[in-house]
Amino acid sequence: MRVALFATCVNDAVYPTTAIATVTLLERLGIEVDFPAEQTCCGQPQYNTGYRRETEPLVRRMGRAFAGYDYVVSPSGSCVAMVRDNYLRIGTKARTEGRGSELTEVAESLTPRTVELTEFLVDVLGVTDVGAYYPHTVTYHPSCHGLRTLGLGDRPRRLLEAVKGLELVELPGADECCGFGGTFAVKNPDVSAAMGTDKIRNAVSTGAEVLCGADNSCLMHLGGMLRRQDSPIRPLHIAEILATTQAEAHT
Amino acid sequence: MSGTYLGMPAFPTAVRASTKDTQLRANLTHATHTIRDKRAKAVAELDDWAQLREAGKDIKDQTLHHLDRYLLQLETQVTAAGGVVHWATDAAEANRIVADLVKAKGETEVVKVKSMATQEIGLNEALAAEGITAYETDLAELIVQLGDDLPSHILVPAIHKNRSEIRDIFIEAMGRWGRPAPDGLSDNPADLAEAARLHLREKFLRAKVAVSGANFMVAETGTLVVVESEGNGRMCLTLPETLISVVGIEKVIPTWQDLGVFLQLLPRSSTAERMNPYTSTWTGTTGGDGPAEFHLVLLDNGRTATLADEVGRQALRCIRCSACLNVCPVYERAGGHAYGSPYPGPIGAILTPQLRGIQSEVDASLPYASSLCGACYEVCPVAIDIPEVLVHLREQVADQGGKGHRLEAAAIRAAGWILGHPAVLAAGERAASKTRKLHPQKSPGPGIGPWTETRDLPEMPAEPFRDWWKKNRSPKEGR
Ligand code: SF4
Repeated sequence: MRVALFATCVNDAVYPTTAIATVTLLERLGIEVDFPAEQTCCGQPQYNTGYRRETEPLVRRMGRAFAGYDYVVSPSGSCVAMVRDNYLRIGTKARTEGRGSELTEVAESLTPRTVELTEFLVDVLGVTDVGAYYPHTVTYHPSCHGLRTLGLGDRPRRLLEAVKGLELVELPGADECCGFGGTFAVKNPDVSAAMGTDKIRNAVSTGAEVLCGADNSCLMHLGGMLRRQDSPIRPLHIAEILATTQAEAHT
Repeated sequence: MSGTYLGMPAFPTAVRASTKDTQLRANLTHATHTIRDKRAKAVAELDDWAQLREAGKDIKDQTLHHLDRYLLQLETQVTAAGGVVHWATDAAEANRIVADLVKAKGETEVVKVKSMATQEIGLNEALAAEGITAYETDLAELIVQLGDDLPSHILVPAIHKNRSEIRDIFIEAMGRWGRPAPDGLSDNPADLAEAARLHLREKFLRAKVAVSGANFMVAETGTLVVVESEGNGRMCLTLPETLISVVGIEKVIPTWQDLGVFLQLLPRSSTAERMNPYTSTWTGTTGGDGPAEFHLVLLDNGRTATLADEVGRQALRCIRCSACLNVCPVYERAGGHAYGSPYPGPIGAILTPQLRGIQSEVDASLPYASSLCGACYEVCPVAIDIPEVLVHLREQVADQGGKGHRLEAAAIRAAGWILGHPAVLAAGERAASKTRKLHPQKSPGPGIGPWTETRDLPEMPAEPFRDWWKKNRSPKEGR
């Protein structure tokens, strides 16, 4: 099985620990992971802001970077959702606008192979207990794209529940958007902040030490608010919890 | 659309006040959460909800595909049943038709059934300019009218008011419009409803002309349908001598069989009821029974243009159930008024800019009034992919350029160039990591000012992942 890591631009530049954790975890499970250096960004920020044609070169690049792999695994629900939900749309429109069928081919090739990390673990590898140890109280925020576009369902929760030492506490209003939404957070700062404040209040109310998510964009927004408020709860990507074993937890 | 919303500021500006209005936030959160929980239960009762939703979507799509055919069939049937059909291209024409019909009867007042179409065209204001008073008879519309306010929700126009605010409005304003509020009126819902009933009763009995909209129009028999909870609609539809119905052309459905699908989808999605209390249907005129004259004003007002847009046209499937408003986290915090249109919330964000165009500031800001969380799509009983349409409309706004979008386009293009060159990207990441101690967390950088008002920026890591990979794993490459 040839597996490529799609780290995503945000993780590459800002949250390398998440990408490293993904590699560590997958290797521990016996998967040989590759990181094609040609990858950059899936085009989600551009596309969602209304710059569809500007995403076309990125779609093409994604197609090139991940050609030949059985799976493209990414620790980001929203970037996977971008590929699975929008690439075909972009390709179809490019074709109708007379730019050939290359992008549709890329979309058709990538869509079935691109999977989010928890999907890969549960559906492809068939594991829920990944041998992790993390002795902390954790609450889980299911980001919108993972939840609704990809339909991750209870996969992340099942993985967390199987982690030794981890106590999972329910997040009230878990299904509600945290207010990030890419450029939404910049274009509509007041509503975005109001939504984030409510999410954080709910997270803090659980008494958990860690606010876990499967999408660092949402965690960046929430983490930024938590820090501004000097809140005790710490944002952390699920990959970093799943990658932690007894050995590391004690160092 | 309605003149009353003209000159509204762009969405981000309009919400500044509402997000800080704690009373409004409390009223909205309470109301939307109650109804969304109830709706979820009502929907879960039906095993075949997914199929019903698919059927609703298909019927609407099929009808929209042959809209001309069904509208002509409808016209033939309405006419054969003794009604008169008028075609209105825009708001001005529709208002003109209604005003002339009322004046021809020598009347200066009409009673109204709650209707989104007449809100959209600003009928009440247009009639007032002609010396005709329109009395709203739906409880929530009445509250909005008495309070000299604007509706803020499709189904519950006064959702932003709580009951003590409503009592104050009744006491203050009812006397000016007709029968005053009873002495010592409490804010008990039953007392408020009784006060409204007494106030409205004299209007129903006096009115010679009524104006309504319709939830559906059945082409095969020329029948119009209004679905409601209070019974005021039925009073309006049966008591007056003349009935004028103003209805958007997309409300036509082919058959009664099709109606069966929507009579299941609509109540559960909107009021979370298995069936709504009143379903009134009317077909032309019948001697000695109900209105002696019936006029149907078929309203285009931007719908034909919307139909021409392949992605955007799905907005015309909307049955105005308001489920998308009730689950929308943005609507919940922004309130309905911020959308600058009688159609607020997610559906408003895609319908309004299509019906009115994207030239004004508020209309150009609406496609961005969403975090694209997808909750609206999930609940929509006719499966309108609202996030898809939002992004599609953002593209049109970005193409149009103008305020804010020139800089944005330049930034996107610059980012595109960097992202097209992984080596440049890596160098940039490396530079950001190296200078990370110098990065301010709170002071605003270019273009991200609003971001740091409420959030700290993340610290940059010591090295980007790319470099870690090269050092720790690269030799594996090509293995
Ligand atoms: S868009 Fe869908 S959910 Fe929203 S009001 Fe229309 S039918 Fe209801």
